[in-house]
Amino acid sequence: MSFVSRGFRGRRRDHDADPSRVPPGQSVTYDFPVLSAGPTPQTAIEEWTFSIVSGGTKKTWTWDEFRALPSETVTVDIHCVTRWSKLDTTWEGVAVDTLLDDVEHDAAYVLAFCDGGYTTNLPLEDVTDGKAWIAFEYDGEALDPEHGGPARLLVPHLYFWKSAKWIRGLALRDEDEPGFWETYGYHLYGDPWREQRYAGD
Amino acid sequence: MKTIIVDVPDWPGHRAGQHLDVRLTAEDGYRAERQYSIASAPEEPVAITVERLDDGEVSPYLVDELRPGDGFELRGPVGGYFVWGREDGGPLLLVAGGSGIVPLRAILRHRRNTEGGAAVRLLYSSRSLDDVIYRAELDDPGDGVDVVHTLTRRQPPGWTGFARRFDATFLRELAWPREDDPLAFVCGPTSFVETVATALVGLGYRPERVKTERFGATGGR
Repeated sequence: MSFVSRGFRGRRRDHDADPSRVPPGQSVTYDFPVLSAGPTPQTAIEEWTFSIVSGGTKKTWTWDEFRALPSETVTVDIHCVTRWSKLDTTWEGVAVDTLLDDVEHDAAYVLAFCDGGYTTNLPLEDVTDGKAWIAFEYDGEALDPEHGGPARLLVPHLYFWKSAKWIRGLALRDEDEPGFWETYGYHLYGDPWREQRYAGD
Repeated sequence: MKTIIVDVPDWPGHRAGQHLDVRLTAEDGYRAERQYSIASAPEEPVAITVERLDDGEVSPYLVDELRPGDGFELRGPVGGYFVWGREDGGPLLLVAGGSGIVPLRAILRHRRNTEGGAAVRLLYSSRSLDDVIYRAELDDPGDGVDVVHTLTRRQPPGWTGFARRFDATFLRELAWPREDDPLAFVCGPTSFVETVATALVGLGYRPERVKTERFGATGGR
């Protein structure tokens, strides 16, 4: 039985958005809200690197090397656990597949790590086969620091906290290990279509 | 602006600074859900303070329509990072922009209720005196708490307080010096939080001791 709130009708502001693209409990925003747990890191581009860490080995790209990799333009819908969704966002990024290309491993999970100490965990299969990118442009412009620039992970099919801002690398893991928000009660996986917001959902 | 006290069956308890999800359901099954910061201390009944947004969907209902005795669904508490307890110590720097005061009020009340000695400096930016939330309460914040208001858009006649925005210069004058290794909580609109948090790190605050909560531009709270 669903509880009815006396006198509530709602404004149904999403009438122009295709409902099949809006997961349960979300509403469409036309802004781009910012949510971060701490200050925006200020990393000079000369000091920025991206690394794939696998066991005892580490493969690292400087910014220039990273930007020399083939990149893709993707247009995707994004869904934040704080209940906003934004449709048709356009990003430029390097596919995680490209970065993993010549890394030998048999890992099942990754832990994304970032400037500012943020981490988030994902199954490897959720960041491969064209499902995730290291994005460095949003809407044709260099990614703003407050939105995660110089580069952030983009995993549009999961809640957006998984798309870690200020990313500096991926650590390949045999076992799933909770990241930052996941240790504060958020769901380990975070599928917006199954409303996996919090632990236990 | 309205503070709603909620009698929640089986509330598991919360920490000062956490939020909760409110879900409203219309008769035809349509639902709307929003997050609100919890305005009360853990030792007190659950309360939220709701700012009425003219183009909002949930906040006009909660402010204008909801009556004592009505029910609604909620879920929580949510969020475990932007929280303070006695064991976290201080000194505390609380910086609020507009309705960003709400979770900081929970921290202030918790500190007072638990006699959790940490010295507090609250820097609170509002557009005008009428926009100051919890004004009477903040006029008598208890021992060891300094409250500094700034009114950025309109000041009443005879106002002797500040009228400047919290920029780096202002914070250098008013925030605890970094030598005290303060613990900072910054809450407000995105651009406000961005400015304040960046300035605090510039003053030498350790980034991991600067906790932020940004309100999305959707006005979801």
